[in-house]
Amino acid sequence: MATSTTTLERTPRPGRRGRLHAFIDHLRNGDQIAHLITLAFAASVFLITCLLVYELWATSVLPRHKFGWSFLVTSVWDPVFEQFGALPFIYGTVVTSALALLIAVPLGVGAAIFLAELAPPRISDGLSFVIELLAAVPSVIYGVIGIFVMVPLLRRYVEVPLKAAFGYLPLFKGPAMGVGFLAAGVVLAVMVVPFILSISREVLLSVPVDQREAALALGATKWESTWKVVVPYARTGIMGSIFLALARALGETMAVTMVIGNNPQISASLFAPGYSIAAVIANELAEASSEMHYQALIELGLVLFAVTIIINALARILILTTAGRGTAH
Amino acid sequence: MTRPSIKRLAVTLTFCFILIAGLISRPKPSSPAPAVPADRLQINAAGATFPYPIYSKWFDEYHKMHPDLEINYQSIGSGGGIRQLQAGTVDFGASDMPLKDDQLSQFKVKPLHFPTVLGAVVPTYNLPGLTADLKFTQKALAGIYLGRITKWNDPEIANANPGVKLPGDDIVVVHRSEGSGTTFIWTDFLSKADPDWKAKVGTNASVNWPVGLGGKGNEGVSGSVEQTPDSIGYVELIYAIQNHMHYGLVQNAEGVFLKADLAGVTAAASGAAKSMPDDFRISITNAPGKTAYPISSFTYLLIPQSFSDTAKRDAIIGFLRWMLKDGQQYTEALSYAPLPKEVVAKEMKAISNIK
Repeated sequence: MATSTTTLERTPRPGRRGRLHAFIDHLRNGDQIAHLITLAFAASVFLITCLLVYELWATSVLPRHKFGWSFLVTSVWDPVFEQFGALPFIYGTVVTSALALLIAVPLGVGAAIFLAELAPPRISDGLSFVIELLAAVPSVIYGVIGIFVMVPLLRRYVEVPLKAAFGYLPLFKGPAMGVGFLAAGVVLAVMVVPFILSISREVLLSVPVDQREAALALGATKWESTWKVVVPYARTGIMGSIFLALARALGETMAVTMVIGNNPQISASLFAPGYSIAAVIANELAEASSEMHYQALIELGLVLFAVTIIINALARILILTTAGRGTAH
Repeated sequence: MTRPSIKRLAVTLTFCFILIAGLISRPKPSSPAPAVPADRLQINAAGATFPYPIYSKWFDEYHKMHPDLEINYQSIGSGGGIRQLQAGTVDFGASDMPLKDDQLSQFKVKPLHFPTVLGAVVPTYNLPGLTADLKFTQKALAGIYLGRITKWNDPEIANANPGVKLPGDDIVVVHRSEGSGTTFIWTDFLSKADPDWKAKVGTNASVNWPVGLGGKGNEGVSGSVEQTPDSIGYVELIYAIQNHMHYGLVQNAEGVFLKADLAGVTAAASGAAKSMPDDFRISITNAPGKTAYPISSFTYLLIPQSFSDTAKRDAIIGFLRWMLKDGQQYTEALSYAPLPKEVVAKEMKAISNIK
C-alpha cells in the first residue's frame, strides 16, 4: 500500500481527465476502501463510548458537586434525605463478580479442556451446543429460577451446613437467609460459565496439532501434553473468555437483584444481603422523583464504567506480567 | 500509514459525517406518519405502573367508543412519567404520589392532579403453624420496620393478639427493592404511625431501610415471605387478592383493626374527602373513619393546566369526564377501589381548570 501511494504522488499533476483516472485507480485499490470503512467503524464505536461517558458525566453534575470523592467512600444511600454514597454498591458488585469467577473459571476451563482434548468429538460438539444455548437464556429466567429453586436449596443444603461447621468464621456469620452475596455469586457463575466454556473450547481446539504431537513425541502423556503444552498455548484466548465473563458479571442486573437481597451494606459474611451497582440503578431509576436521586443513580453508572475499566486494566497487567515470566522460562 | 492516505482518510471521514448529518437533519416528509391517518388523534401518556391494568382497560374501552382517538400509555413508573411530562414528551402523566411543591415549581406548564382509582397496601407474613389472622398496631408495624421490634412475641404484637401463640423467633423483614408507589404508601403510613420513622426514614418511593431484605416487585416480596419462615413483608392489596394471599389486620386511626378490602379503601378516601384541598394533593393514609383502611392512597393522572392544541385538550377532558362517571364501573372487576362520590363531584368541577 505504501509503495502504491508514493508512486501516485510522484506522478505529475495531470489535467482533469487524468485526475479522474487517478481517482478511479484509487477506487480499484480495494485495500484503501476497506481500510477506510473499517476505520470508520472502529472510530464510531470509540465515538459512541466517548459520548456515553460524556453523557454520564454531564448528567451527574449535582451529586458530583455535592459529594465529590466522598461519593465513592461513604455508605449511606438515603433518597429521602438525599445522602448518597456508592461504597456498598461497589463492594457488592466486586464481591459477587469475584465469587462468580472463583466458581466459574475452574468449572468452565476444566470442562473446556475435557470437551476439547479428551471427549470424543461427537459428545464434545453435542455438549457444547447445549452449553452455548445456556448463554441465550434471558437473565430474568436465571433470576426466577434463582429465587424459587436455588435460594431454598442453597439455604438448606449449603448455608446451614457451612454455618454449622465454620460458623465461627466471619465469612459464614449471620442468619442463613438464602438470598445474599453467595446466592448472587452462584447465579452469576452459572450465567458466565457458557462464555468461558465455549470460547475456551474453541481456543483449545485451534491449538495446532503439531504442538500436541511434538509433546507426545517427547514422551509426554496425554494429560501432560494437554496441561503443559496445549493449555499454556491457548492461555491468552482463555484469559479473553474470562474477561468477557467478568464484564458480563459486573454489569448483570436482573438475575442479581432478584437474589442478592438488595440491602446496601458491607458485610464480610457471604450469607448477608448486599446490593450491586447495576441492580440499584435498575431498581430506583424509574421512580427517582428528585433530581439529586436521579443524578446520583447516573453517577453510579459512571462508577460502574470506571470499576469495569479498572478491573480489566488490573487483569490485563496481571496477564502481561505472568506472560512475561512464561516466556522467560 | 503514509501521509497522503491520512489526508484522504480525513477527507473521506468528513464526507461520511456530512452525509450522515445530512441524513439526520433532513426535514421530515411533509405527509404525517403513515400509521396514523390525518383525522385520528393520538395522545401519549406515561407513568405509574400500579394503575396500568385499569388504565389500559379504560383507554381501550374509550377507544371503542371514540375510534378517532387513541391514547397510548407507557407504564414506566411514576418518576419516569413525571420526568417525561416535564420534558414535554408526553401529553399527560400519571403518578402514584402527588407532586411536591418543589417538583411542581420545575414545570413550565403546571400539571393538575386528578385522582383516578385507589390502592392499598397490606402486611403479609409467614409464621409456620399460625392460622389466625394477626392484628398489627401502627406502632408494631413501624417498630418492626425500624428494627426496634425484633421478636415475634414482642409485647407490642402479643398484646394486640390475645390467645395467639407467637414464636420467640427473630423477625425477618422484607421490603420492596425497587422504587415504587407501594413503598411510597407504606412509608407514608409509617411516617404517620410513628414520629421516629418520620424523622429517621421518611416518605418516598425508595428509602434508606433501617433493616431488612429487598425483594423485587410484589412477586419478589411475596416470594421471599413465602420462603422465609418468620418473615413479614408488604404487598399491594390487588396482588394479595389476586393471589389469594394471607394478610394481616391493621389498626386504623380510630383504633379499629381492619382487614383491607375495597370498601375499606374507598371509605378512607371519603373520610379524607372533607379535608380535601382543591388540588387533590393529599395523603389519605390514616384517614379518619371507623371503616377507613389506614394504608390507602389515590393514584393520579397529571394533566397540564393549559394546552396549545385544543383538539387534544378537548379529547382529554372528554376522557376525564367519562372516566369519572362511566369508567369507575370497571374498577372493582380489576380489584381497584372506586373513588367515593364526594371526590368524583369535586373532580368534575376541577376539570374546568384545564385551559
